[in-house]
Amino acid sequence: MAEILVLVDHADGVVRKPALELLTLARRIGEPSAVVLGAGPAATDIAAKAAEYGAAKVYTADGAEFTDQLVVPKVDALTQIATAANAGAVLVTSSGEGKEIAARVALRLGSGIITDAVDLEAGTDGSPVATQSVFAASFQVKSKVSHGTPVITVKPNSTTPEAAPAAGTVETASVEFTGNAATVTARTPRVSSGRPELTEAAIVVSGGRGVGAAEGFAVVEDLADALGAAVGASRAAVDAGWYPHTNQVGQTGKQVSPQLYVAAGISGAIQHRAGMQTSKTIVAINKDPEAPIFELVDYGVVGDLFTVLPQLTTEVKTRKG
Amino acid sequence: MSLRIVVCVKYVPDATGDRRFADDTTTDRDAVDGLLSELDEYGVEQALRIAETHGDAEVTVLTVGPDDAKDALRKALSMGADKAVHVNDDDIHGTDVIGTSAIIAKALETTGYDLVVCGMASTDGTMGVLPALLAERLGVPQATLLSEVTLDGTTVTGRRDGDAATEQISATLPAVISVTDQSGEARYPSFKGIMAAKKKPVTSLDLDDLGIDTDTVGLTGAWTAVETITARPARTAGTIVKDEGEGGKALAAYLVEQKFI
Repeated sequence: MAEILVLVDHADGVVRKPALELLTLARRIGEPSAVVLGAGPAATDIAAKAAEYGAAKVYTADGAEFTDQLVVPKVDALTQIATAANAGAVLVTSSGEGKEIAARVALRLGSGIITDAVDLEAGTDGSPVATQSVFAASFQVKSKVSHGTPVITVKPNSTTPEAAPAAGTVETASVEFTGNAATVTARTPRVSSGRPELTEAAIVVSGGRGVGAAEGFAVVEDLADALGAAVGASRAAVDAGWYPHTNQVGQTGKQVSPQLYVAAGISGAIQHRAGMQTSKTIVAINKDPEAPIFELVDYGVVGDLFTVLPQLTTEVKTRKG
Repeated sequence: MSLRIVVCVKYVPDATGDRRFADDTTTDRDAVDGLLSELDEYGVEQALRIAETHGDAEVTVLTVGPDDAKDALRKALSMGADKAVHVNDDDIHGTDVIGTSAIIAKALETTGYDLVVCGMASTDGTMGVLPALLAERLGVPQATLLSEVTLDGTTVTGRRDGDAATEQISATLPAVISVTDQSGEARYPSFKGIMAAKKKPVTSLDLDDLGIDTDTVGLTGAWTAVETITARPARTAGTIVKDEGEGGKALAAYLVEQKFI
């Protein structure tokens, strides 16, 4: 079986959930191998976790280049490992950086690229068929890479990670760095809110214009905390300065696809819908019965979010005991 | 020599319209009006700001697209860009992002550039990979997804807000940058700008001018192939209740029923 390379996204020495999803998907099209770059001493723990989720091999490479330069060192490493392993496909998480890495790797390998897949399966000839959700999720497109080694980026939450212990044999890869990269002169790690990461969360509670002010987000946060959810915000709320841009859900912000999406005081403009329409269950609370968000919902409450959300939060807390 | 800034822009179907596919699996451009991709307006804006602070600079706006794509160029020219380049050739129809990056890279080499500015993604394909592909093809640094940009001499610096960290990025020209919608509100064209745009030069180039083999572009030259396109089934109408004082409790009951609580 062909080796399917999975670039393992990690932060603070810990594997991020989307990487485990990729390993799970990779098993459908071949034998997963993990690629762990610039993890320092945490590489051992990361390799063990990757093995737990099906990686027969784990390629590791380390060096200051991975953190001091933008994108290119990871492209160098992934391309060289893919070539040496004669990989059957390369899978990368659909983040801003992930897509950039994947694109340059594809070009170097002389391969086509598919981004933002929401599902992956083996086609009739065994090669991967990717499903994408396009035009604000109004169409599902299935496509294949028809030239070279398929390079595919997959959105977080596209599948549930399933453990499948494998050998996880660690191989240290030596990488030839090509240079021509922008320099990272400073890095400020994001201060953790203690809540799940927006794109990875199973439940997202978002607030919009109807929240009315930065202070108004307290009721959104309270519900999120009761549900163990991430907090999102519409572009209107972010542009008004009520919530950070890193929490923006929509076409120009984060694209989320949780099990449950709760939209509070969000009208449902096309830009917002493009970022959340693939959510499995959608719930909305809005004063305006004509708000377009109600066209999308599985359950909607026409009402004031400042009465509905606290009541819901109390109920959630009571039921969870 | 003056600083040559080239902004890459895309003419896209209006996202508020009913976007569809044509029978050949490409975007049906007749179904919806087109316009300059909103996210590219931020690229034009940053290019103009850099040019204004630099003094001796020229802003060229570049697009690859059909005849109508001139509208996108006109918008950028009316915002203040100095001139435009339009790569237009029937054989380009259906080209994928790898092929498009080859066409744009050739066009950039033809027109010359010191700084290439892109929006973070198009609002139709939303891939966001073109700036990285251009940097790879041109062999220059990429400083992408910047929410703040400054050019000092031949050094471009900026802030990149990633998932895990905020980074300060620095690159020496020539370079490719892309800017996010956080980089600064794009200006509206003034009446004077709209009138002036009509007189600004638009150079047309075809694949022959760029020395690109037609076999490497279009649907047949694409390295990806669409197998099926399915319209998402209309959502079945959900339950909508009016809050008469128990709305939160009713919603909680629904979430329990759906096993979220």
